[in-house]
Amino acid sequence: MTFTYAPAPESRAIVDLRPSYGLFIGGEFVESDGGGHFKSISPATEEVLAEVTEASAADVDRAVRAARKAYAGPWGRLSGAERGKYLFRIARILQERAREFAVLETLDNGKPIKESRDVDIPTAAAHFFYHAGWADKLDYAGLSTPQGGSPKPLGVVGQVIPWNFPLLMLAWKIAPALATGNTVVLKPAETTPLTALLFAEVCQQADLPPGVVNIVTGAGATGQALVEHEGVDKIAFTGSTAVGKAIARSIAGTRKRATLELGGKAANIVFDDAAIDQAVEGIVNGIFFNQGHVCCAGSRLLVQESVADDVVSRLKRRLTTLRVGDPLDKNTDVGAINSAAQLQRIRDLVEVGEAEGAIRWSPPCDLPDRGFWFAPTVFTDVSQTHRIAQEEVFGPVLSVLTFRTPQEAVARANNTPYGLSAGIWTEKGSRILWMADQLRAGVVWANTFNRFDPTSPFGGYKESGYGREGGRHGLEAYLTTGATR
Amino acid sequence: MSSSTATTRARDHLGVTRLTGRALTSWLHGLPGVDRVGCDARAAALGTRSIKTTAKAWAIDTAISMVDLTTLEGADTHGKVRSLCAKARVPDPSDPSTPQVAAVCVYNDLVPVAIDALRGTDIHVAAVATAFPSGRASLQVKLADTRDAVQAGAHEIDMVIDRGAFLSGRYLDVFDEIAAIKGACDRPESEGGPAHLKVILETGELATYDNVRRASFLAMLAGADFIKTSTGKVSPAATLPVTLIMLEAVRDWRDQTGEMIGVKPAGGIRTSKDAIKYLVTVSETAGEDWLDPARFRFGASSLLNDLILQRHKLRTGAYSGADYVTID
Repeated sequence: MTFTYAPAPESRAIVDLRPSYGLFIGGEFVESDGGGHFKSISPATEEVLAEVTEASAADVDRAVRAARKAYAGPWGRLSGAERGKYLFRIARILQERAREFAVLETLDNGKPIKESRDVDIPTAAAHFFYHAGWADKLDYAGLSTPQGGSPKPLGVVGQVIPWNFPLLMLAWKIAPALATGNTVVLKPAETTPLTALLFAEVCQQADLPPGVVNIVTGAGATGQALVEHEGVDKIAFTGSTAVGKAIARSIAGTRKRATLELGGKAANIVFDDAAIDQAVEGIVNGIFFNQGHVCCAGSRLLVQESVADDVVSRLKRRLTTLRVGDPLDKNTDVGAINSAAQLQRIRDLVEVGEAEGAIRWSPPCDLPDRGFWFAPTVFTDVSQTHRIAQEEVFGPVLSVLTFRTPQEAVARANNTPYGLSAGIWTEKGSRILWMADQLRAGVVWANTFNRFDPTSPFGGYKESGYGREGGRHGLEAYLTTGATR
Repeated sequence: MSSSTATTRARDHLGVTRLTGRALTSWLHGLPGVDRVGCDARAAALGTRSIKTTAKAWAIDTAISMVDLTTLEGADTHGKVRSLCAKARVPDPSDPSTPQVAAVCVYNDLVPVAIDALRGTDIHVAAVATAFPSGRASLQVKLADTRDAVQAGAHEIDMVIDRGAFLSGRYLDVFDEIAAIKGACDRPESEGGPAHLKVILETGELATYDNVRRASFLAMLAGADFIKTSTGKVSPAATLPVTLIMLEAVRDWRDQTGEMIGVKPAGGIRTSKDAIKYLVTVSETAGEDWLDPARFRFGASSLLNDLILQRHKLRTGAYSGADYVTID
């Protein structure tokens, strides 16, 4: 007998989209000064969701001035406890409006509703709750000056975020910035601006003083204008390593500080004594969560040669149960690729992988006719020299490599310009500790993968960037401490 | 299957010349471990599947057809068992399209009553045996208990393993006992053929997930036709993660041997919503070959009425209420 799941679509009626959106500057939505417009579409259907403003350099200037005014004015004079109240209020509103945010995120991004509902939105709210608690306790964060003076905010922070976790990345950026007393100009990614604009409404609902949070939508030029604006004291960027390097170059020699959270090519390392069924789940979660659009995705499976065949055959069997399709269906496991451009990049790299001689496999699955789709893909017989073992695909594509000894696993895992994350699967506790010590990766997960918590610092080694987000360490990126500078 | 056949088969499977406790230990302890956090997370994720409309209707009917309708009380009487059997035949008098349940499960002295009450149907009679629920009796007593039920015509025997032996690492004793009970299930084809053996692991007393996996493999090696979670007398009884581990075990056992062993979660499954989570787990773990009453059962008493209530709701669009399903 076959158990066929009937469609279980989440209703989109809860989302009330306007046909077009202005920019959120100084606490209100305003028209652009000389900027154009662009459309935000649903990657699952290519349907136009709303028209959004492309902020000009003049708009960015207005936003930075508004942020400066708020910093000099009401926000800069608030006590930590008062700032915390605003953050608590925002966190509660996010929870109250969670379903609305989840549906909108899924519409605009293409990710499955179960992920936006169970991961993105709750974790975003959790970041605001966590940082709300810090706002009046910064003196106890171990970041005070050598003379015992309180750590101070930096001023106006320019933040540029990616399209893979639009609201969650916004929360990672805005919550610590506000908790530490900074004000913000944030640019969401051009393909996923809508939850940031809904968040602007949340700021209004929370009575956040005007100018504390400003949101300027646009593409690369808008981001560049923000990064290069002389009124910005700090840049926080999450995105590709190429853009991160360009940002680092452009602010070199200025007073601006920067934190960069960039690409990754994480190794998910499975030893022969691992709990195999749970390791297979971890592999699936590592690379097919969020269609593989995850900077810390476990895109390289390093599996001990003695169990490689067993692990790969279990993995393939498991992948045949993945449900690819309508992101709004509550039973969908893998949604749409975020954009046509990203889909093309994935296709190109996968073709390279085949040409290089790796063996490509996908489970049978019917992909929708419209929208941007890519079937979950596993490459076996991958060598360290293959481009699919070196470059970030940022899609649902797993490269399987093997190793013989723990030393070899470490050497291969570290043999990449990146160093964002890694996973270890073994029942041996001492090996976990030894491996975690050897791996040059900002996050090392043991017997799990892709778990995020606001209390835990996140960030990279090497070309995966610098600075940490989350936890006590994340506060440091938004404070001048004397102790470290 | 006689107990010596089981030993021969086990020797072949393990690749040893003599089946010793040490051989069993190294085999069982060589099985991949189960990570509790990961296993719980996977079960919870399976529990979030949204089963609606046609899928829900199918799942409810399938679940009804998999119920082992159970009464295992000291206060059981002939009247109570006859009443339960009537319910098994016609679960919902208001809707004759409701499927019949798979079996009625009783203590072994009540097997003749159940056999009589179910004559002319395909509904099986299952008897709990081997000093159920504790299993604390000598092998002779357990064998007599089993033969009694088999001779009375029980189609299925639900035995308990010796958890004390298992927890103290005496795996060979557990194996030998299961194999011996399997031998006692023998019955000539003229009298209906051998009774099917369900082996109750009592996972609530095994405590760790590693133990659940090991006990599952040990029971299958010794000749179980079904592996069953619980007696229903110990808390926790069936849970979704434990059932997931057992479904992984039967799936892997088929890969190794070609044999298909059934799984029966029992105790604590009371709502249709829970039953549907189990069916989702069966479908996405062992696969559709297990979506069959010959391979998957629910040991339950109150579950059936909730399934019937949900069936009413799907048919009429409204909940009928507890007074519209019969208490038997």
